[in-house]
Amino acid sequence: MEILVCVKRVPDNEENEIEVNGSGSDIDRGDLVYSVNEWDNYAVEEAIEMVDEHGGSVTVVTVGDDEADEVLRREMAMGANNGLLLKDDAFNGSDGKGIATVLKAAVDKGNYDLIMTGAQADDGAGQVGGMLAAMMDVPYASLVNKIEVIDDKKLKVGREIEGGNQEMNEIDLPCVLSIQTGINEPRYVGIRGIRKVASVEIPTMNAGDLGVDAGAVGAGGAKAKRLDYFVPELGEGAEMLEGDMDEILDKVIELLKAKGGLK
Amino acid sequence: MAQLFAYIAHKDGVADDSALELIEAAKKIDGGADVTAVVIGSGIDGICNEIAASYKEVVKIDNDALAYPNAEVVRKALLNVLPNDGIILIPHDTFGMDLGPGLSIKSDSPFVADVVDIEGIDGSELKTIRQEYGGQVSTHVSCDISAGAVLTIRPGSFQPDESKSAGGGVTDKSGDAGDLTVGRRFLEIVEAEVGDVDITKSEVLVSIGRGIEDEDNLEVAEELAEAMGADVSCSRPIVDQKWLEKSRQVGTSGQTVKPKVYMALGISGSFQHVGGIKGSPFMIAVNKNPKAPIFQVADVGVVADILDFMPDLTEKIKEG
Repeated sequence: MEILVCVKRVPDNEENEIEVNGSGSDIDRGDLVYSVNEWDNYAVEEAIEMVDEHGGSVTVVTVGDDEADEVLRREMAMGANNGLLLKDDAFNGSDGKGIATVLKAAVDKGNYDLIMTGAQADDGAGQVGGMLAAMMDVPYASLVNKIEVIDDKKLKVGREIEGGNQEMNEIDLPCVLSIQTGINEPRYVGIRGIRKVASVEIPTMNAGDLGVDAGAVGAGGAKAKRLDYFVPELGEGAEMLEGDMDEILDKVIELLKAKGGLK
Repeated sequence: MAQLFAYIAHKDGVADDSALELIEAAKKIDGGADVTAVVIGSGIDGICNEIAASYKEVVKIDNDALAYPNAEVVRKALLNVLPNDGIILIPHDTFGMDLGPGLSIKSDSPFVADVVDIEGIDGSELKTIRQEYGGQVSTHVSCDISAGAVLTIRPGSFQPDESKSAGGGVTDKSGDAGDLTVGRRFLEIVEAEVGDVDITKSEVLVSIGRGIEDEDNLEVAEELAEAMGADVSCSRPIVDQKWLEKSRQVGTSGQTVKPKVYMALGISGSFQHVGGIKGSPFMIAVNKNPKAPIFQVADVGVVADILDFMPDLTEKIKEG
C-alpha cells in the first residue's frame, strides 16, 4: 500500500505560552519551540505499522519553508520512506482550501492508495483532509481511531464520536483519513535516528512543478481570511490565589471544605 | 443576502441542543432573515414537527439511506436539495467536522470551522471569531458570503433560542435527494467500555492532565484523591498515553460529569474537555501556564506545578 501522510510544523502547544504580538498581526514567534503537529505523529506511526504488515511505502509531505525540512526528517527517522517538501512563496498565507489545493496537486503527481492527515493542527480547524478528499472525489473519514485492512480495495475504520463511542465504517480505497490521537503509541525518535536521515535528499516542488495556479492559493486566493490575532476580553475568570504556597494551600482546603470537596 | 440554513443534529428522535443555538448564530449573521432548518434522516416526522416550533421553515429529507448520519451521504443529499449559494450552519461536533470541509469544496463556498462568535456583516464580508492554539488566542476570520458559505458552530457558544414561537411548516424534499451512493458505509456503533469507577456519578473529582508528566506520578494524584475522598478522572492526553482507562476521561469524546467539586490539575482546558463538565461544579484549576484557558472557566486558580502542589495539599489534608 502506498501511503501519503500530510504533516505540519507547528509551535509546540505544550512547550509554549502562546501570546499575541504587539500589532496583533500574528502570534509572538520570538522564542517558540516548534515540533511536528502532535496528531500527525499518530498518522505517521499508523502508516508505518500498516506498511510493515501489508507492504508498500510511506511518504511524508508538508507545505512549508526550509525549516519544515526538520519535521519531514523527524518523521523519516520514525520510519517513513520518503519526504516531499512543497515550497513556494506563493503558498504563504493560504487558507485551508489553499493548502488542500497544493496537496491535491502533489497527490496527482504520485500514485497513492491512502492519504492521511492529523485530525487537526495548531489552528484547530481540522479542515484540510476533508477538503482534499472532496477535491480528489474520494471518500473521507475524520477522527479515525482504528484502521483494519479488509483487502486492497477497502478498509474498516473506526471514528471517535461523542461519549467515547466508536463509529465503524467500511471505506473504499483510495481515500483520505484524518487521524485522531490515541490510535497507537508513536515510536520514540532518538538522536541516532535523526542522524541516519540527516543527509537524505528530500525533493522540493514549487507551484510551477506542481502545476498550481499561484493566484488560486496563498493569501490572494484565500476565501477565509484571518484578519488578526487577539486575546478576548473575558469575564473575570478564576479568582487567582497568589502569594505564599502554604497560605494558598490553607485557602484551597478551606474552599474544598465549604464546597463539599473534602469528606 | 444568501439564504440561511441550519443543519439539525438529532439522535434517537431528539434534537441536539445545537438545534436552538444555531438560530441565535443565524440572527447574528442577519437579524432580519428567516433561517431554514434542514432535518435529515429516516422516519423523522416527529423531529421535523418539533423543530417547526422554532424555525419558520423546515426542509425534510427522509430516506432509508440517511438512517444513520454518515457525512458522505448527508453531503450528497444536501448538495442535491439545497442551493449552492446558501449559508449553511452546522454544529462543530464529530459529525460536523466530518461534513463541513468537503461540503464547502463541493458547493464552492468559503469554509470557517469552529466559529465561537459572529461579529456581523460588512458589505458581503462576514466577520467571525474563532480560536487557535487550544483556545490560547482568538482570531477574527472574514469571508465573502455573497455566494454562500459553510460554517461549523462550536456547541455551547450561542444562547439557545427557546421561544418556540415560529409556528413553522415542514416542506418535504425527500424526492430531491437523488443518488445517495457513496464510498463509505456505516457499519455499527461500538459503545464505550464501562470502567471500574463511574466518574459520571462522582461528587468530587481530582482530574489530571498533561501536567502529570509521567505515568509514575499518577500515584501522587491517587493519594490526593484518597485524602479528599474523591475519584480520579483525566483529560484526553492521559488516555492517549494509556495511563488511565478511557472511562476516566472527561470531555465530549469521553464522559460527561456533574460533580460538586472539580479539581483541574495540569489541564489546559480545551473546549472539548470543558464540554464534558456539566452542572456548574465549584472548580479549582492548577496549572503552570498562567495563560491556560482553564483559568477562564475555573472559580479559583493557582499557578503552580501540580507535582509540587498535589503532595503538599495531600499532606496538609492529612494533618487535618
